Amino acid sequence: MNNKAQRTVFLSGDEALAQGAFEAGLGFAASYPGTPATEILEYLSKFPEVNAQWSVNEKVAYEVALGASIAGARSLYASKHVGLNVAMDPLMTSAYVGVGGGFVVVCADDPGIHSSQNEQDNRLFARIAKIPLLEPSSPREAYQFVKHAFAISEKFDTPVMIRLTTRIAHTKENVLTGLRKEFPRKEFKINIPKYVMVPKNAFQKHIELENKILKLKVYSEKSPFNKIEINDQKTGFITSGVTYLYTREMYPNASFLKLGMTFPFPTALAREFAKKVKNIFVIEELEPYMEEQLLMAGIKAKAKDPSFRVGELRPEDIPKIVKGKLRKHLPSTSRKPVMCPGCPHRSVFSVLKKLRLTVTGDIGCYTLGALPPMGALHTCLCMGGGITLFEGFKKVLGQNVVGVIGDSTFVHSGVTGLINLAYNQTKGLVIILDNSTTAMTGNQPHPGVGITIKGEPTKKLILEDLCRSCGADNVDVVSAYKINELEELVKSRVNADALSVVIVRTPCKLIERTRAQAPALDQTICKKCYLCLGLACPALSKNEAGLIKINGKFCVGCNLCASVCPAKALKKNE
Amino acid sequence: MNKSEAINVFFCGTGGQGVLTAAEILGQAALLEGFHVKKSEVHGMAQRGGSVESHLRFGKKVFSPLIPKGKADYLVSFYKEEALRLKDYLGPQGVDLTDHLEKAGHLEEGQKYLNTYLLGVLSTYLPIKESNWLKALEAAFFNKNFKENFAVFQKARKEVRR
Repeated sequence: MNNKAQRTVFLSGDEALAQGAFEAGLGFAASYPGTPATEILEYLSKFPEVNAQWSVNEKVAYEVALGASIAGARSLYASKHVGLNVAMDPLMTSAYVGVGGGFVVVCADDPGIHSSQNEQDNRLFARIAKIPLLEPSSPREAYQFVKHAFAISEKFDTPVMIRLTTRIAHTKENVLTGLRKEFPRKEFKINIPKYVMVPKNAFQKHIELENKILKLKVYSEKSPFNKIEINDQKTGFITSGVTYLYTREMYPNASFLKLGMTFPFPTALAREFAKKVKNIFVIEELEPYMEEQLLMAGIKAKAKDPSFRVGELRPEDIPKIVKGKLRKHLPSTSRKPVMCPGCPHRSVFSVLKKLRLTVTGDIGCYTLGALPPMGALHTCLCMGGGITLFEGFKKVLGQNVVGVIGDSTFVHSGVTGLINLAYNQTKGLVIILDNSTTAMTGNQPHPGVGITIKGEPTKKLILEDLCRSCGADNVDVVSAYKINELEELVKSRVNADALSVVIVRTPCKLIERTRAQAPALDQTICKKCYLCLGLACPALSKNEAGLIKINGKFCVGCNLCASVCPAKALKKNE
Repeated sequence: MNKSEAINVFFCGTGGQGVLTAAEILGQAALLEGFHVKKSEVHGMAQRGGSVESHLRFGKKVFSPLIPKGKADYLVSFYKEEALRLKDYLGPQGVDLTDHLEKAGHLEEGQKYLNTYLLGVLSTYLPIKESNWLKALEAAFFNKNFKENFAVFQKARKEVRR
């Protein structure tokens, strides 16, 4: 530790990036929770100097953050890779409009699909949107790069994208941090040709944007983020992000072109590297982005077999790529997550399964309802899709379909789907699984909770009022644990000639960690039908003799198993 | 221990067992000892009973945040089946601490504070001073049964001291 201002802290990539942004005088930050990017905003929310918010969704977050930038503050947007899809509309035109105070767009990709619905490579977005792209390799670099990103943003009047991946976002490292330097707010001046994208202005802005990209390419060639490391001149690697570290680990004596700024691509620098090194390999996760850049420039580099475009790379994969091997995708042997004991979603899915309904689902913990032995959720596409796919299903199938969506997801992008159902005279049942939190990402609040990211009380969105306003004919609120009431309600609404919303409101078990006694089990009357095991509860199992066992350590006494036991061998402990 | 390369500790288990807390404590202790530390894991599913792995590496300088297969020096498993599944991470000279799971299971406090017990065992192999372990444990269990945890840590250390 060199002086008082500097402190070594053990930070994740998310936290290091947030710390760097804070020190750069960040004034505003917005996001919607999504693994592996959630911790960026959580970290920033601790600072009174930063106006941080969970926004309703990523499109809203992007626009609010860009507005703060244009108005003069240094501003940051963060989301997971698929979150940026939702913000694509403002992203594309923001490259035309430019910024006021520096504007940094952080997206965290998820190669290997640890916790997502796809493994898209958002580096391609930078190229499509025509905004510069930085790729740190480690938390330390995330901390350094974000500071430069604000400067680049202001110098070139453009949003700057920083791309993390799960292995950077969720790697911790000792990072030497410093003090915040206040950023004097830039004065906002009315400038209609710059900020009003009507055709005439937009056309002019597109001309400027193409010129800007040329200037950024010159910058990229000389950027301190892109460097040649010459060692053994027989073997060299062109690589970026965390794959640089994997390759450096496996080939410590090789030469490297280590790229931290990959769009615009530093073609001349790559050519210079190619002159110095005999055999060149390009190593990158997912899409062949750099491979194509090199191919276009006519620079010879061996690339991975297309089978390696699927899944995340690990250090031991690098020699396989070098040897030109194919990737064998073996089935995963890891233990899959399950709904927690006492999870309110479990009872909803047990009812839907019993009634043999087709269920269009959405994104959240409840997506686990699709896993065996439950198998009671039949689609999961994107945020909001639980309602909109339901409408398509309903129009074609007519009966026995239900759409389910979580509370946070409903606010994120379910509301428009519900309005569309009403407007297009669709009848049927939508279930909102209201556990009063954004559970899967670690229990962040949202408008329906009535608490901000900083833990302050705020206006609370009343879901039942909202649903009625959207056009629902019936809106009922039930507890997940009142399983008979829930079943009757679903039966009466699912094929009725009305648009109905049932809000199943029971807080996530990870918020209200209440426990009750486990049900009593009478082995003498158990018929061994194993209906209870179909609930996929971690507290229930059967032993070698086929007898049901309750694990008292896991059981929280929700009594769902007692509710479904036809022989009454499991009895509620009141 | 005299090793120019990084020391690699592979933690594994299932959600909710304290795997990530254990890796965090080792990370903090190694940082206090003056090492460059990298710890890599995947969040999001951790509390829902799925497999949990944490790669912890420390040394003069660490490159990859992931331990390459066959390079782990220590395998610390909180769940026997997970250790069997992930055994090929362990190097030929690597030490498998899975046997200590059973020993922890015989003690009431070993079951309750499994992560601290296994850390106590692991600590006897690593070039980290007891004072730095103490600071790291204090930071992790501040207001959360620190005394009990530290006692379990000490007990495990005594039991394996060779």
